[in-house]
Amino acid sequence: MWTYLARRIGQAIPVLFGISVITFVLIYYLPADPARMYAGPSATVATVARIRHELGLDQPLWVQYTDYMGRVLHGDLGFSYRKQEAVTTLILSRTPYTLALIFGGVFVELAIGLPIGIASAVARGRWPDRVGMFIALVGISAPPFWLGLLLLYGLGYLVPIFPLGGAGSPAALVLPALTAGLGGAAWYARMMRSSALDILSTDYVRTARAKGLSQFLVILRHVLPNALNPIITMAGMDIPWFIGGVVLVERVFDWPGLGRLAVEAIETVDVPLILGTVIVTALAVVVSGILIDMVQSLVDPRIHHG
Amino acid sequence: MKIVQLEPLPDSPNQPPEVLSAPLEISYAALIWRRLRRDRTAMVGGLLVLLITLAALLAPVLAPHDPAEQFRDGLTPDGQPIPSTLLQGSLRFPLGTDANGRDLLSRILFGARISLLVGVLANLLAVALGTMIGSVAGYFGGLLESLLMRFTEVMMAFPTLLLAMTLVAILKPSLWIIVVVIGAVYWTWIARVVYGQVVALRDRDFIMASRALGAGSLYTLYRHILPQLVPTIIVWGTLGIATNVMLEASLSYLGIGVQPPTPSWGGMIQQAQSYYRSAPWLVIFPGLAIMLTVFAFNLLGDGLRDALDPMMVRKS
Repeated sequence: MWTYLARRIGQAIPVLFGISVITFVLIYYLPADPARMYAGPSATVATVARIRHELGLDQPLWVQYTDYMGRVLHGDLGFSYRKQEAVTTLILSRTPYTLALIFGGVFVELAIGLPIGIASAVARGRWPDRVGMFIALVGISAPPFWLGLLLLYGLGYLVPIFPLGGAGSPAALVLPALTAGLGGAAWYARMMRSSALDILSTDYVRTARAKGLSQFLVILRHVLPNALNPIITMAGMDIPWFIGGVVLVERVFDWPGLGRLAVEAIETVDVPLILGTVIVTALAVVVSGILIDMVQSLVDPRIHHG
Repeated sequence: MKIVQLEPLPDSPNQPPEVLSAPLEISYAALIWRRLRRDRTAMVGGLLVLLITLAALLAPVLAPHDPAEQFRDGLTPDGQPIPSTLLQGSLRFPLGTDANGRDLLSRILFGARISLLVGVLANLLAVALGTMIGSVAGYFGGLLESLLMRFTEVMMAFPTLLLAMTLVAILKPSLWIIVVVIGAVYWTWIARVVYGQVVALRDRDFIMASRALGAGSLYTLYRHILPQLVPTIIVWGTLGIATNVMLEASLSYLGIGVQPPTPSWGGMIQQAQSYYRSAPWLVIFPGLAIMLTVFAFNLLGDGLRDALDPMMVRKS
């Protein structure tokens, strides 16, 4: 397990290196001039040149990159021109909101997706299955930002159960989390159904039934643990898309998380902030990929890593 | 996905004689068509795709108005968008108007052109790139394999939407840039699938036979491996359009996709967001259009997958 973990981290380093290089090169070719942005519109050419020199922007690309990475490795992601704040501080202050949204969204995915999937598998071919799978297909096809606005309209405005915005109270998290999770729930329902169907036809499920176990216990003890494996694999592949969805949800609900920060950074061409948010989210993707592998070997003892 | 065996065994007693006597390609296509036709959901998906495509192509004929025209009677006296005029028995604005007094139905019809154009073109690019990179990495192996697949992995670790946003911001949003960016973001999925298949194929006997007969690598790749990938490419080509239509809508919703005044469904929802309480139809109808399109391509893709993959037992 530990050797496997070490190997996975070893594999992740070149991936992160690649991400940082690609992002840096992309940003380097941004049409906007960071020194000009930093200096402000009324600064003289001489001031802009001085700032360009101070920021090291007159250095060759690879010097800028190694300087930047040296600072990143010490936890310093640079200084945002637009917000006049350290990028690390900005990211840290937004992270709790995004984490809350991610956990809420994943909870919705599992709490809605898995039961529908199992119910569909058990009722295979009959109407609960057909209805469940139809809803799942619709759920996959609905754009998350649209679902979010519909939820806001229905449950925030027409029937005002939840607040229309803000991020202060737990109630404010409900609609964003639903929006972030519903699409995924539909995917998990489809995956769970096909996974559970495989398990339901195995010999050990027949044995469990033969010894008189109730349907509920068969599902709880035999189907669920065995069917989870492909679901977890999919969760790992799904993370980059899920984070993309979070960006949209944060925009709909004006949720003050990392996604909004990234969008603001891109809109205002705030170079250090773009670099910082992209690198931090990519790091999060890679780390959660490793975590999911770990969870998988805990859930399924047949998978021995190492 | 398993590999479809194209050739029926010549001495198989169960083969109906007409399949044997018919030219091979036609019988395979006919077989797929027969399977597809029996699949009701796939047919519904196909029909929807056809209808949406027709609506997009015929938008200038079908649309009641010019999508950019701002009507004086398209706003209430205090300047608010008006809801569907159907309830008043008038066909003037069947789905209502937007905040600029433009006809919503016409904008949605013209928006279909953008969505389909971006979805299909971006997907062509993604499939071409993904197939090329995946098959070259899988077939040649060695250093090329590790380099290409590591690169694919790096691209996959980028949060999809953030990568697309950054690229669009750098390159300035335009229709073609968005096609290229979505293609450049989506190819990794296809590369992974194709790579897996080619690795499974490369040591098979018929590939070895081709090489033993003196065929070059590129010839073998093109003549023997590529045809085996056709089912995968068709299925992912269809499902990918659904994903790319969604990506385009998401980018436009974030304001960095297709730029106004060109009507795009995502952009229409973005502009409607400030009115969602007073004019919910401005959000509802463009969203329905996106959902229906994505739904149609998903249904068709699912059906094609079942039809093209006889090894996979249908689960319903």
